[in-house]
Amino acid sequence: MGFFKQVKEKLVGKSAKQNEKYVAGLDKSNTTLSDRINELAARFREINDEYFEELENILIMADVGVSMVIKIVGEIKTEVRLQNITDPRLINDIIVDKMFVIYANESVMSTKINYASEGLTVILMVGVNGAGKTTTIGKLAHRISQEGKKVIVAAGDTFRAGAIDQLDVWAKRVGVDIVKGKEGGDPSAVVFDALKQAQESQADVLICDTAGRLQNKVNLMNELEKMNRIIKRVVPDGPQETLLVVDATTGQNGISQAVEFSKITDITGIVLTKMDGTAKGGIVLSIKDQLNIPVKFVGLGEQVDDLQEFDLEQYIYGLCKNLVEGQ
Amino acid sequence: MAFDSLSERLQSTLKKVSGQGQLTEKNIEEMLTEIRLALLEADVNYQVVKDFIATTKEKAIGADVVGSLKPGQVLVKIVHDELVELLGGSVSEVSFDTSPTVIMMVGLQGSGKTTTSGKIAKLITKKYGKKPLLVAADIYRPAAVDQLVILGEQLEVPVYEKGTSQSAESIVEEAMAYAKENHHDVIIIDTAGRLHIDEPLMQELANIKSIANPDEILLVVDSLTGQDIVNVAQSFNDKLAITGAVLTKLDGDSRGGGALSIRHITNVPIKFIGTGEKLDAIDLFYPDRMADRILGMGDVVSLVEKVQDVYDEKETMKAFNRMQSGQFGLDDMLAQMQQLRKLGPLSGILKMIPGMPKMPNINDEDSEKRLKETESIIFSMTKEERRDPSIISLSRKQRIAAGCGKDLQAVNRLLKQFDQSKQMMKKMSGLDPNTGMPMPGRGGNHFVGNANRKKVRHKKRKKK
Repeated sequence: MGFFKQVKEKLVGKSAKQNEKYVAGLDKSNTTLSDRINELAARFREINDEYFEELENILIMADVGVSMVIKIVGEIKTEVRLQNITDPRLINDIIVDKMFVIYANESVMSTKINYASEGLTVILMVGVNGAGKTTTIGKLAHRISQEGKKVIVAAGDTFRAGAIDQLDVWAKRVGVDIVKGKEGGDPSAVVFDALKQAQESQADVLICDTAGRLQNKVNLMNELEKMNRIIKRVVPDGPQETLLVVDATTGQNGISQAVEFSKITDITGIVLTKMDGTAKGGIVLSIKDQLNIPVKFVGLGEQVDDLQEFDLEQYIYGLCKNLVEGQ
Repeated sequence: MAFDSLSERLQSTLKKVSGQGQLTEKNIEEMLTEIRLALLEADVNYQVVKDFIATTKEKAIGADVVGSLKPGQVLVKIVHDELVELLGGSVSEVSFDTSPTVIMMVGLQGSGKTTTSGKIAKLITKKYGKKPLLVAADIYRPAAVDQLVILGEQLEVPVYEKGTSQSAESIVEEAMAYAKENHHDVIIIDTAGRLHIDEPLMQELANIKSIANPDEILLVVDSLTGQDIVNVAQSFNDKLAITGAVLTKLDGDSRGGGALSIRHITNVPIKFIGTGEKLDAIDLFYPDRMADRILGMGDVVSLVEKVQDVYDEKETMKAFNRMQSGQFGLDDMLAQMQQLRKLGPLSGILKMIPGMPKMPNINDEDSEKRLKETESIIFSMTKEERRDPSIISLSRKQRIAAGCGKDLQAVNRLLKQFDQSKQMMKKMSGLDPNTGMPMPGRGGNHFVGNANRKKVRHKKRKKK
């Protein structure tokens, strides 16, 4: 059988420790999702419409999104019919397989940061209020400086009380320079100063924080566009990365966030934060499906090293952990 | 605003049914399927949807559809009533009778606890004349204490903080004594955001609870949250027995179906909603209004209250009298427009008007720009011209256009618009302003005088 076995082989071979944290983070949702699928298999003697309806509900509970669920379940139905499967216990492979194929969708899924071939690389972080932008920047700055690069962060959230101080604490914690403006000042000016300083001090990477904004606030989105323009003026190829920070608990609004932010800036990837809770951000499947924006990083906690590259195989392994090990 | 898409979906479904003469089990079924999908897409929890559909179906089939009402309307009413019930029935306010009233704010990271704490402090200072104390008990997130301190400065509300070196429990303990000494009658404790599965941190909350003995434990929930909202609400409720919820970021375009889930799952009311980034963007949660909005019935009551808050009655009556005596000029129109602007962004107002939710999206910046343009043109006119625009000849127009830096078309546009408003007013001036006849729902700049009429209507409502 397809992908399912592949994952199993690959992961069983890997050291348990390597996956421990990832899986620990994903544990809760996996139990909910895969437990339910298993439970479902146990409850149904054969695969019928009722089975599929239940399966739909299970996926909806994981925030995958109604239309996406209908798509996934549709494909599973076709596959089941093709292979003439009637035993619910055999369907697990197909469920996992389909989720993987739909996510991948023959696209490039790089989780590496697209560094400029020479000169300064600019990373712009965007997202709604409270998604976890500032915390992610702290962790990302740590990660990149561990690679031996010189990082500067720009405190572009001049709106929220305490946001500048928050980034300042993170900058000190991970040992990178920070460029700050005044609270209530023009964020574009901060970004401009930071760009200049980064060039003068020959930094490799500049990470720009921005204020959280709901995607339906036109003037705030315009402000973001302006920052983008300023970056382009100084670094023509920049920003090399614009990362949309999405809280894993986000429901269907995640799609609207991705759509609206994409209109303003070219979103190159998603950082899925707060993955250490019970919500597992099934919405990223829908976002990938509709806008082809891949997840690049996942946030798994509040410590400096709690940011990991998104690994689709591990993600799906996590989601279906019980299925793999239960067999 | 929130619930937009849900209301649109329900509206189109209901339209299908309202066209039909009879409620049959088949078309009820069809409608309920649509409602189910709409609710799921709006992030209402799956279990809640299931229950909702079941009750609605039962009532719809059992309902007496014979009578003067169209069956479609019966179904609308059933769905509406169910929604109101699901949303909590009636308004639930925080009581400030005990002194001191202790409020504890809890929730996940990034849900908006600190901002909401500030908003509540402002609200009760202004509305109830209280003397609140904010307590900074988030010792984990970098600069969380600073954030609350800055908010306190902006609001002129004292903040009790001990930095981050002390445990949250001892900070709260000291804050309680401090509040007593300084005669604070409301204590708002801002706790750190935490995951509901983080046992040690959840224990910290339980400890704070036993120290502070709060009257209210409010769970702050982001309205963007999806299905997981039930796990979060359930866990916090199990551990702390929360007394209410605050739904934040409702000014976004999330459908906010989580509102429907919280009450259903935890049986606690939603007490406040956060509707913007400014510190006064907080409101009580009105289940009936919310249900109205979900169904696209508009929210006239909110609109009227808003109008009453900002509208200058004298100014309006003056304009009304001038209008009746046929003296309405450009200055009056400008004054009306400026008053309208005080109501806030146009798109927000329009959404409260029945039948309006289906309007295409309005760009608030555009309407703001237009108002500025209008202002600049009118300010470039002489007093005489403003009083009686009919004297504005071509050469005058050219002078005005040059004066304000706009082109001739802009001036013409404004004059035409003025003519239209005047026409409308002529029609209106024949009416008694006290009858409160409904105005045709025209948004934008033609609103003149309307607000006053709505107010009258509202007063009548209250008498009932």
